[in-house]
Formats: sequence, structure tokens, C-alpha cells
Amino acid sequence: MSDHTGGRTGGGRSGGFAGSRRGPGSGRGSGGGFGSGGHGMAAPAEKSKDFKGSLKRLSGYLAPYKMTLIFITVLAVVSVAFSIVGPKILGEATNVLFEGVISQQLPEGVTSEQAIQGLRAQGQDQLADMLSSMDLTPGQGVDFSQIATLLGWLAGVYLLSALFGWWQGYLMAEVAQRTVYQMREAVDQKLARLPLKYFDDNPRGDTLSRVTNDIDNISNTLSQAVTQVLTASLTILGVLGMMLWISPLLAGISLLVIPVSVFVTILIAKRSQKQFAAQWEKTGTLNSHIEEMFTGHGVVKVFGHQEEAIETFDVENQALYEASFKAQFISGTIMPTLSFLNNLNYVGVAVIGGLRVASGRLSLGDVQAFIQYSRQFTQPITQVASIANRLQSTVASAERVFELLDADEELPDTDTPQVLERAEGHVEFKGVSFRYKEDTPLIEQLDLEAKPGQTIAIVGPTGAGKTTLVNLLMRFYEIDEGAILVDGIDIREMTRDNLRRTFGMVLQDTWLFKGSIRENLAYGRENATTEEIEVASRMAHVDHFVRTLPEGYETELNDESSNISQGQRQLLTIARAFLADPRILILDEATSSVDTRTEALIQKAMTSLMKNRTSFVIAHRLSTIRDADTILVMNEGQIIEHGNHVDLMTAGGFYCDLYNSQFTEALDEVG
Amino acid sequence: MIQILKTHLKPYWKQLILIMVLLLLQAIANLYLPDLNADIINEGVVKGDTDYIMRAGGVMLSVALGLGVISIISVYWGSKVAMAFGRDVRHAVFRRVQTFSLAELNVFGAPSLITRNTNDVQQIQMVVLMALNVMITAPFMAVGGVIMALRQDVPLTGLIAVIIPLMAIVIGSLLRVALPLFMQMQVRIDRVNQVMREKLAGIRVIRAFVRSDFEEGRFAQANEELYDVSLKVARLFAIMMPSLMAIFNISLVAAMWFGGLRIESGAMPIGNLTAFLTYIMQILMSVMMATIMFVMVPRAAASGERINEVLEVEPEITDPEVPAQATDSRGFIEFDDVEFRYPGAEEPVLCSVSFKAGPGQTTAIVGSTGSGKSTLINLIPRFYDVTGGRILVDGIDVREVTQETLWDKIGFIPQKAFLFKGTVASNVRYGKEDATDEEIWHALEIAQGKGFVSEMDDGLEAEITQGGSNVSGGQRQRLAIARALVKRPEIYVFDDSFSALDFTTDSKLRAALNKDITDATVIIVAQRVSTIMRADNIIVLDNGAVAGAGTHDELLGTCETYREIVNSQLTEEEIAS
Repeated sequence: MSDHTGGRTGGGRSGGFAGSRRGPGSGRGSGGGFGSGGHGMAAPAEKSKDFKGSLKRLSGYLAPYKMTLIFITVLAVVSVAFSIVGPKILGEATNVLFEGVISQQLPEGVTSEQAIQGLRAQGQDQLADMLSSMDLTPGQGVDFSQIATLLGWLAGVYLLSALFGWWQGYLMAEVAQRTVYQMREAVDQKLARLPLKYFDDNPRGDTLSRVTNDIDNISNTLSQAVTQVLTASLTILGVLGMMLWISPLLAGISLLVIPVSVFVTILIAKRSQKQFAAQWEKTGTLNSHIEEMFTGHGVVKVFGHQEEAIETFDVENQALYEASFKAQFISGTIMPTLSFLNNLNYVGVAVIGGLRVASGRLSLGDVQAFIQYSRQFTQPITQVASIANRLQSTVASAERVFELLDADEELPDTDTPQVLERAEGHVEFKGVSFRYKEDTPLIEQLDLEAKPGQTIAIVGPTGAGKTTLVNLLMRFYEIDEGAILVDGIDIREMTRDNLRRTFGMVLQDTWLFKGSIRENLAYGRENATTEEIEVASRMAHVDHFVRTLPEGYETELNDESSNISQGQRQLLTIARAFLADPRILILDEATSSVDTRTEALIQKAMTSLMKNRTSFVIAHRLSTIRDADTILVMNEGQIIEHGNHVDLMTAGGFYCDLYNSQFTEALDEVG
Repeated sequence: MIQILKTHLKPYWKQLILIMVLLLLQAIANLYLPDLNADIINEGVVKGDTDYIMRAGGVMLSVALGLGVISIISVYWGSKVAMAFGRDVRHAVFRRVQTFSLAELNVFGAPSLITRNTNDVQQIQMVVLMALNVMITAPFMAVGGVIMALRQDVPLTGLIAVIIPLMAIVIGSLLRVALPLFMQMQVRIDRVNQVMREKLAGIRVIRAFVRSDFEEGRFAQANEELYDVSLKVARLFAIMMPSLMAIFNISLVAAMWFGGLRIESGAMPIGNLTAFLTYIMQILMSVMMATIMFVMVPRAAASGERINEVLEVEPEITDPEVPAQATDSRGFIEFDDVEFRYPGAEEPVLCSVSFKAGPGQTTAIVGSTGSGKSTLINLIPRFYDVTGGRILVDGIDVREVTQETLWDKIGFIPQKAFLFKGTVASNVRYGKEDATDEEIWHALEIAQGKGFVSEMDDGLEAEITQGGSNVSGGQRQRLAIARALVKRPEIYVFDDSFSALDFTTDSKLRAALNKDITDATVIIVAQRVSTIMRADNIIVLDNGAVAGAGTHDELLGTCETYREIVNSQLTEEEIAS
């Protein structure tokens, strides 16, 4: 077992570079409703485990907005209907225009029947056929008042369609964003209820990527997919209906083209998905090589491995190039293929439509409308195809989020908690057994007592499991057997909040958050006054240092707090513990990367912090060990000896060896 | 970004010309189709000539087929060139970073360089791809569309002069609102991610201090802010499409009306109106394409800028054109009045540092944080160059030999032991490629790593994950030491490399080292006095200057700073006895 304090960073399937796996195509902005078809990078084609179930659950998030969604659907129907009626009205206008033009050419005063008969007499049968279906008033010009009425309607219909489309999108935006907001909130609240075991078992990068990348992925799909799928499928239906109405024959041609288009799209998409998967894999390999070489820059250089680094890079870079070229090319053929099919359709409609008009069985306006309809067909099909494609990765993302939401939670606090107001600081372990893994016993039947004000030192080599005791005391993990008592109360009989307020912790992992120094110190106690903060800082010997900073206590600590040194961070965490003023302390005094002077300061601050408090110290220094009331010696995850310094030295066991090896060597070297 | 495009697209100029030609052909074919359609109506339908309709239909079909073939060829080359471009830029960035000194690397920081080498290149590569596949057709189509429209009817084309500016105004004003919102949204996404990252990293502290509620509030606020801006962006998009479509459709209506007037007056045949409508559609589609470009280009330009910053750095540390001849001496290091300051810094990190070290000697460097210990030893392998004085290795200024020659002499063990993905053996062999298993075991034995390596299931072939995250800190350091040992260099440089080891391992390791390294020079930085007490020469640094030098005993008598350090670590009896 390794020390469980520090979370593991990186590693895992989506740690570190998870961000880069989201191609720019999935970013906002470029998508936006332009139907960014086959181009752009699809998200990694991860397979979902239970597509149907997860999709259902994801839709469940939309359930609270049922009424709004129904309304949105109505709006979409209206908007699409209006936009579909448009070309038909435009066609009517064309007809009126055409008829006007033809009528103008006919001599005034004759009826249209006479005119047609006249044409037949001249042998122009075809022209006569065409005209026979028209509403002609020979000699009259174009009826512009009728055209004006039609065009007025048309403009109105288009404007209404836009208005409803906008209304629909406006409402959907809120539904989508609310849903994502709530999902983030749910995940955040869930994290607070997860046991620490979860965070120790799962790489931090992985959890982070579920909360960020995966939810982002869902957000992107949700905000576009619902409206797009709705509009696209309604458009397909509506256009189909109109086409059938105008001319079943021409619609027949288009209907031949549609299944072929869908089939071709699916076929190509499937093949390209494989290539995209390969591309993501290669991207991952290359990125991790880059990451490794850049972080280990100094080592690579001084061992003269730069050429090799470049060679490996080139091989992987080339592999990525090949995979991504294939992916882009294959997915890039979707658009030309579809547009070829579309053009085929266009030619078919133009030719057959032309023949029908010539034979008078179809009006010119209808052909024109039909052409417009058939042009409207490709976009919704590609849209639906690309959303279907994205849905795969979205559902996979949703699944990863659900996994997190479904993870086992901490045991709830007891309903009838005992309250510990001001602890004495008496801690007792009674027959405590604990194991991280079922089959590896770790702590067996441990008895231990710390009287108020006593110091318990925990010693042992790195990786001996010293942090385990801390985990049990703070109830980060549940013990398997026995009981831990604080002032005679079983810690399971208290609320976790109450228990943890009793303890103060200063760890090697000096966690500070982005915010001012004041805010970070006040973390130890809400509503701490300026005076209290400064007193605590002086006790921790950090006041002077803070005052040398340009902004003093208001200095912002940046992301990784790299603007202050490790030692200074440690002092700040001590000040934070001072301010919290707990009865019982847990200290990890390892300060490997701290210079000796700061270390002396830390030592002094810790000693004064420990005064009059029960303290558990993960010890590295001889002085702490010797003065401790009880020393727990741990090795390979077990407490192998315990007692005070004199007892343990007399026993002549592991501790004695450990101590002697350090001590005699020091003597040796001095002497 | 233009600079990068220029440099890295240049090798593909032939392909680019080919793509241009293909796209031009596509545009022509796309524009020709409605023209043929107009002919079908004017010549065929209006005159009732079915033969003509069939003939023109045949032509249309072959044009459509040709168009399809051309499109696929151009997609092929477009993808090929765009991806090759990305590959080349990645290569250039990676190569450039390899020449960086630590100073240059630190200007950017490794994480930022990684992003520049990966995500930023991808951004710009995607724009190139989009451009080659679709975007550059847009101007062809727009211009071609206008020309064709002019051919149909000149006065009616005037309509376009009204519509396009109108569209530009709508799109432009939407973008003006949208772009700052995009940026704000990115900032807020980052903020949500950052709060989450902090929460995950500090989970123990948060729970220990019972601040889960506070943290929930912090996250809720970030989440709320992200929600607000996302909603604005989404609503903006909701208005974008319908308003563009409205302009689009109203244009058709207008074309119909004015076209009708032209036809009535006999100035234009009726078939031309249908074609004209198609052209208007095509022109407007092109304008919309250009809009997408407007959204993508600023982002890619920002990425391009970031890439350029890397490519523009001229490494300051380069090899001399004529390297100095090697001398016979082995393992001599001399610091001669060395001064070092970071670029732009007021105070030097190191000033007037002089000392000598020779084979068989151990030189220790102690001092508090910020006293310049690590900087000092980073100067030896030329991770940085001195800003004053000089450093001689084997009698030659380090700046007068090639870096490779210099590094060959040095076994460097960094403070943060860095391991590579691979196996135990591959990591140790990093020091010497052709090391035999015996050599590796020997190095491991001295580095006190034999025990844990032989306990691993696969021994030398045991897997090491990236960064060595599957072994403990102490084990990482021991492997890093073995890596340097197997190299058998003239000079060993230990940068506080024992810090993660417990006292017992630390002392065993040093004892074994003393026995094994007898003729090499050892420079060692350490925090623990016990680690360096036995050194031949101890150099005490204080604020970048040498506060004292000599053996442990000498320094105890003469150097106040040293006494302070010793007192803080050893008890009275340990020092005295």
C-alpha cells in the first residue's frame, strides 16, 4: 500500500490530456446550427455499454421540462410547416408569371381554347398540350396584383417561420443549459458524499474529466441535437409530403435517392469512425510522448537522448498523420457523394419535370418548387446522420457521468448523534481492525490510548502505511472491527462534521486554493477576524513573510501556488490550523523539499501548535520521536511495535535498529 | 498564423495549386448546372422541345458526375495537405523545443508547451482542412455566382448589391456580440474546471476542515456564472439561423418580384428567373460559409500566435562553431567568479562563486531555499549559461565544447526523479544504451534498488508507467541514481537526490556510493547535514554568495551560517560526540 495522502495525478485513460481529446469540431461556435456535417473532428467514438438504458436516463434529465418541450415541438412544427409551404407559394407566383408571359404572346380577344386550337392547327401540339392546363387570359399581361398578394403571403410565411424558429431555439437554449447546470450541480454534490476510498481508487484526472469534459460533451450535443433532430426530421417529413403532393412521379425519383443517400452516409460514417478511433489513439500516443519528453526535458538532454526523442516523435507523428488523413478523407467523401446524389436528383427532376411541363401535365412553378424542395433535402439528412454519430460518444460520456453518480456513498451519519462541544482530547483505539483490501490484513486488533495533551509519534519507512491511521481517525475510512473513541464517544456515534471539527490537520500535501492568503487562512475558521488571522500567522511565524509580499494578506495565491515556496506554504497551513484551534492534531512533518532555516521555523511552529493538544505526528525527526509519549512503529502496513522511546530501545527490535542506524551514523560522521 | 501557413504550406504548393484548380472547376460546374436548367426551361420547356430537354439533361448528368469525381479528388488532396501541414508544424515545434535550454523551457512551462504542440496545432490544422475542403470554394462561388447572375440579367443583379451588405451587417453585428461572449465562456469553463481540480486535489483538507458547504458554494457560483454566459451564447445562436434564413428567403421574394417586372417588360426570358434564384441561393450560401470562417479563424489565429511564440525563440545556448580540443584531464570542475541572474532580474541568483573540484573528491553544496544551490549545479550541464565569470570542465570553458561532449562527462540526478514509460531496464539503460543486465544489476545494487526490483514480478522487465507513477518516490529516486551510475561518467551531479529516501536507505546508499565511485568527481546538493558531513569540501551558500567553504569540522568553527544549519538538524550530543 502506498501512502494515501496524495491523490495520483495523470495516468488513467483520460487523465492529463483529456482536454485534447475533444476536437475543435465539438467546440461551440463552429457548430451552431450550420450543420457542420462530415467535417470537423467527431468526439472519440467510445462505445457505450448500455446505449438504450443510458439514453433513456439522459432523456430523464429533460423530464422536468416536459411542458416546455411539448411547446417547443409545436413551435418547431409551425416553423417548419411555414418554411415548407414557402417554395410552393413561390411556385404559384412563378406560374402566374409564366401564364402572364404566355398570355401576353397570344392575340387579344380570343379565348384560351381558341388560342390552343389555333396552335394545334399550326401543328404545335406540344405547346398546345402545355397551355391547355394553364389559366390563360390571352392578350393580358402578367397579373401583378395577384403576384403581389402571393409574394406578400410568402414574405409573411417566411418571417413567421423565422420568428417561430427563433422562439423555439430561445426556449431550448434555456432547457439545455439548465439541464447541464443541474447535472454539474448533481455531480458536485455527489462528490461531497463519496467516501475517500473513491478518490484513492480512481485517478484524479479521470474523475476530473468526467466532471468537465464529459459534461461539456453532453452540453454541446444537448444544446444542438434536440432542436436539430426535431427540425431536421420534421423538414424531411414535410418536404416529402409536399413533393408527393406536387408530383408523385418526381417524388418517386427523390424517394429513390433518399434511401441511397442514407445508406451511403451510414456506410461511410461507419468506416470513418474506425479511422477516427485510430486517429484518437495515435493522438493519445503522440501526446503522451510529447508530455513525457517535455516534462523530462533536462533528463533527455543531459543523457543525450534528444535525437532519439525526435526519432520516436517522427514515427508517431507520421502514424498520426496517416490515421488522420484517412479519417478526414473518408469522412470528407460524404459531402461530395451526397451532393452528387443530390445533383443526380436535380437532373432527374429537371429533365422529367421539363418533359411533364412540356406535355402540360405539370406547371413550371411546380417544377421550380420541386427543385427547391429537393435541394432542402440533403442538409437535414446529413444533420441527422452526424447527430446520430455524435450521440454515440455523448451517451458514452453520459454513462461515465452516471457511473460517478451511482458510486457507493459514505455511510450516512447516525440519526441520533452525540455532540462533542469542547473535546478534552482523549483518544482511544479499542481492538481496531482495518484492511483496504479484503484479503490483505493491515491493522489487526490495535489498542491504543492517547491521553489529553499527549503526543503519539508514528514512524516507519516510506510506504509503511502511516497515513492509514490518519484516515481512520478522521473517519475518512470506516474501520472493520473494534471502535475508536474520542472523549469516550464512539466516532461513529458523532456526525462527521463534529468529529472533524475536533481535529486539526497539517499535511505534507500543502493544499491551498486560488484566492487571497487571508481567504486561505480563514479556511480554518469561518468569520475569523483580521486580528485572529494575524495572531495565528504570528504563531506560525508567517506574519513577517506575508507582510513582505506586495499585497500582504490580500496577495492572491495562484493556481498551483507557485508564487510562494513549499516551506512558506507549509507555514500557511500551520497558521490555518492555529486559527482552527482544534483539540486534537494530526501532523505530517516531512518537509523534504524545504530548506533548513524554514524547516527550523516549521519545527518551532509545530511545537507550539502541539502544546496542550493531543497530537498524532507522522515523525521523521529524532527529537519528536524521543519526546513522544507513545511511538507506533509501522512497517509494511502493520504496526509492529509500540511503546515509548525507552521501552522500544530496551526491546531492541525494529525501532532500535532504525534509531541506531541514524544515530550511530551521525556520531560516526561527526567523530 | 500567416507566417506559419506561409512556411509550412510552401512545400505543398503544387498540391495547393491542384486543389485550387479543382475547387475552381467545382465552382464552375456548380454554377453551370442551374444555367443548364435555365436552358432546359427556355429552350426546351417554353418551346416544347423534348429532344432538347433530353440532350441538356444528358449534359447535366455528365457535369454532375464530373463534379462528384473532382470533389472527391480535391477532398483527397485537401485532407492530405492539411494533415501533412499539421504533421510538419508539430514536428517543427517539437524539434525547436528540443533545442531549448531550461531557461527557455521555463519561460513557457512544460504544460503550456505541450498544449502548444498538440491542441494549438490541431486548431490551426482544422482550419486549414476546412479551408481546403470547403472555404476557398466560397469566394469562387460568390464571384462566379455574381458573374452568372449578371449573365442572366444585369439590372436584377443589382439586388445582390443590396442583400449582401445587409447580410454582412446582420452577421457582423451578431459576431460583435458573440466573439466576446465566446471568450468569456472559455474563461468560465476554465474556472469551473479549476475549482473542480482544486476540490479533488484538496479533498482531505476540505473534509478535515469541514468546509464541504463552502466548497459547494464556490462551485455553485462558478457553475452559475458559466450557465449565464452559456445561455447568452445559446440564445444568440437561436437568433442567428432564423434571421439568416429570413434574409435568405426574403431575398428570393424580392428577386421574384423584380424578376417578374423584368420578364413582363420582355427584358428577360422566364427560364432565367429560376436560374437566378438558384444563383442567389448559392451566393448567400457562400457568404454563410465565410461567416463560419469568421468564427473559426480568430481562434486558430490565437493558436497560431502561441505556436509562433515557440518557433520564434532562438535558443540562446548553442554549440560553438569550432569546439575546443579536448584535454587529457578527467573530472576537473572549476567555477571561476561565476555570476548568474535570470533575464530581467534585478538581483543575481549567484554572484562571485569560485571553487574547484577534482576526481575522487566530493563537493557538497548547502544553503537555504533560494540560496541558489540548484541553480549552481544546473550551470554545470549548461541548462543555463552563466551571466558572468566562467565554468571550466577539464580545463575548458563549458561554452567552448559541444553540449554533447559536455553531457557525456556528466551523470545528472535531478531533484525530481523523472522516469520514462517503459521498464526498469529501459529506464536504467537510458544512461547507457548497451548496458548488460549485469551492469544494470550492479548499478541497482549500489543505488539500493536491487531489493525492490528483484521483488517485482518481472524484475528488470517490470513495467514503469509514465513519470514512474507506479513506484514510490524513494524507488523513483533510486532508479534515477542507477540510471546515472550505469553511465559511469567523470562527474556525478546529485541535486538533492536523497530527499525521498528514509535515513537508513540514505546512509546505505551513500556508503555503497563511496565504495564504488572512487575516481569520479561528485557534486552534491543536500538538505540533510548528515548526507554531506563527510564531504571533502562543503560550500555554504547564502543568498547566492559563498558564505563559507571547507570540511565539516572547519566550517563548524568558522562559518556561522553552517552552524545554524547544523544546529537546526542535529541534537547537541550528535554534533559534539
